[in-house]
Amino acid sequence: MKNASLSNAFFTMLKRDLTLALRTRSEIANPLLFFIIVVSLFPLAVSPEESLLRTMAPGIIWVAALLATMLSLDSIFRSDFEDGSLEQMLLSPQPIALLVLGKIMAHWLVSGLPLILIAPILGISLFLPGEAMFALLATLALGTPVLSLVGSIGVALTVGLRRGGVLLSLLVLPLYIPVLIFASNAIATAAAGISIKGQLYFLAALFALAVTLAPMATAAALRISLR
Amino acid sequence: MSEFFHMGGYAFYVWASYGLALVLMLWNVIVPIQRKKQQLTRIKRKLRHEQGNNPAA
Amino acid sequence: MWSFIHKHASPKHFYLLAERLIPWLGWSTLILLVVGLYQGLIVAPTDYQQGESYRIIYVHVPAAWMSMFIYMVMATSGAIGLVWKIKMADAVASSSAPIGAAFTLLALVTGSLWGKPMWGTWWVWDARLTSELILLFLYLGFIALESAIEDRRTAANACAVLALVGVVNIPIIHYSVEWWNTLHQGATVTRFDKPAMATSMLIPLLIMALGFKLYYLYAMLLRVRVKILESEKDTTWMKELITGAKK
Repeated sequence: MKNASLSNAFFTMLKRDLTLALRTRSEIANPLLFFIIVVSLFPLAVSPEESLLRTMAPGIIWVAALLATMLSLDSIFRSDFEDGSLEQMLLSPQPIALLVLGKIMAHWLVSGLPLILIAPILGISLFLPGEAMFALLATLALGTPVLSLVGSIGVALTVGLRRGGVLLSLLVLPLYIPVLIFASNAIATAAAGISIKGQLYFLAALFALAVTLAPMATAAALRISLR
Repeated sequence: MSEFFHMGGYAFYVWASYGLALVLMLWNVIVPIQRKKQQLTRIKRKLRHEQGNNPAA
Repeated sequence: MWSFIHKHASPKHFYLLAERLIPWLGWSTLILLVVGLYQGLIVAPTDYQQGESYRIIYVHVPAAWMSMFIYMVMATSGAIGLVWKIKMADAVASSSAPIGAAFTLLALVTGSLWGKPMWGTWWVWDARLTSELILLFLYLGFIALESAIEDRRTAANACAVLALVGVVNIPIIHYSVEWWNTLHQGATVTRFDKPAMATSMLIPLLIMALGFKLYYLYAMLLRVRVKILESEKDTTWMKELITGAKK
C-alpha cells in the first residue's frame, strides 16, 4: 500500500509537470531551437570545411546540448515557486526527493529527449560519420538525464533569487565537465572505429550516482531556499 | 647579491610568483583587519549614541 | 568532549579564543615563512635540470595543496553547520572561501609562470592545471552564491549544500580530467614530478607547506572574528566586551 502511494506520488508529479509543459509548447520548442541555432553557428564561425567540422562535431553538439539544457533548467521550479505550489509540495507527506525526481524526469522528457531526437540530423550536417551516430545517441541518452539531475540542484539553490540565471550557469557548468569529457570523447572514439564501452560504462555510473544523490541534494536545497 | 636576484636568468618568473604570493597573502590579512577596525568604531559610535540618549543605562 | 565543543562553538567563546590565538598564529606563520623562504631561496641547491626556476615550487606546490585542503575544510564545516546548526561552523566555511580561492589562483598563476620557461608556453592543458582551474570555478561559484543570498543563514546552508555537491564531484572531475589528459597529451611535455626529491630541497617545501597551513588558520580566524563582530553586535556580551576594552 505504501509502495503504491509512493509511485503514485511520483507519477502524479510527472504527469502534472508534463501536462503543464505541453500546454505551453514554447518550453519544448525554445531549448530545441537554441540547440539547433548554436550548432549551426559553428560552421559559420569556424569554417565549413568537412574534415574540420567532422573532428569538432562531438564537441560542438555536446557543448550546445549543455547550454540548451542549462537554459531550460530554470523551468523545473520557477513557475511553481512563483505561484506557491512549490511550498505546498514541500509540506506534503510524500518524500520530497521522490517528487523532485518526478519533476526532473518531466524536465528531461521535455527538454532532453527532443535534443536526442534532433541530434542525428545535426550530426549529419556536421559530417559526423555513420559509425558515430550510435555513440551520439547513446551518450546523449545517458548524459542528458545527468545534466537535468545535477542542474536541478543548482536551480533549487537559486530559485529564490531574482537574478539567478547567470549565477546558475556559474554553479552548474563546472559540475557538467565530466559528462562533457566522456560523452564527446566517446563520439570521437566511435568515429575512429574503436569500442566505446568504457566511456559508456562511465556515463552510466555517473547517471546512477546522479539519480541516487541529486534528488536528495535538490530536496535539501529546496528546503533551504524556501525557508 | 645581484646573482641572487638574477635567479640564473629566471628572475621574472621566480619573483613574479613570490610577488603574487605576497600580494594575495597580505591582501587576505589586511582586508579583515581593516574591516574589524571599521566594525569596532561603528559599534562604539552606536553604543555612545545609545548612552547619550539614555544616561541611566 | 561535547560540552567542550558546545562551549567553544558559541560565538562569544569562539571570539575570545580567536583573540587569544590570532597573535600566536600570526607570529608563528611569519617565522615559518621567513625560515622557509630562506631555506628555499638561499640554502636549497640549484636544480641540475631546471636551474633556479624550480624555486617556484616553494609557492606553487603548497598553494596547490592548500587549495584542495581548504575546499575540504569548507565542505566539512559547512556540513557541520548544516546538520548541527552551529553558527561558527558556517562562519568558518564562508571565511575559508576567499582564502581558498586566493590559493587556487596562486597555484594557477605560479603554475603558468613555471610552465613558461619549462614548457615554453604560458598555459598547457595539463591535467593538474585543468583540475585546478575547475576548482577555481567551484570556489567562485560558492562565493557568488553566498553574496547573492541576502539572509546569512540561508546563504550559509545553501553554500554548504553546494560545497558538498562539489566534494562529491571533485574526485570525478579529477579522474575525468586525468583520463582526458592522457588521451590528448603528446609525449612532448616534460613532467615535473621526479620519483624522489633531494632532502635539501624537500625540507624547505615542508616548512613552507606548514607555514601556509598556519597562515590559513590565521587569515581564516581574522575573517571569522569580523563575522562575529558583525552578527553579534547587538548582544550584551559584545557590548560589555567593547565598552570594557575602551576603559
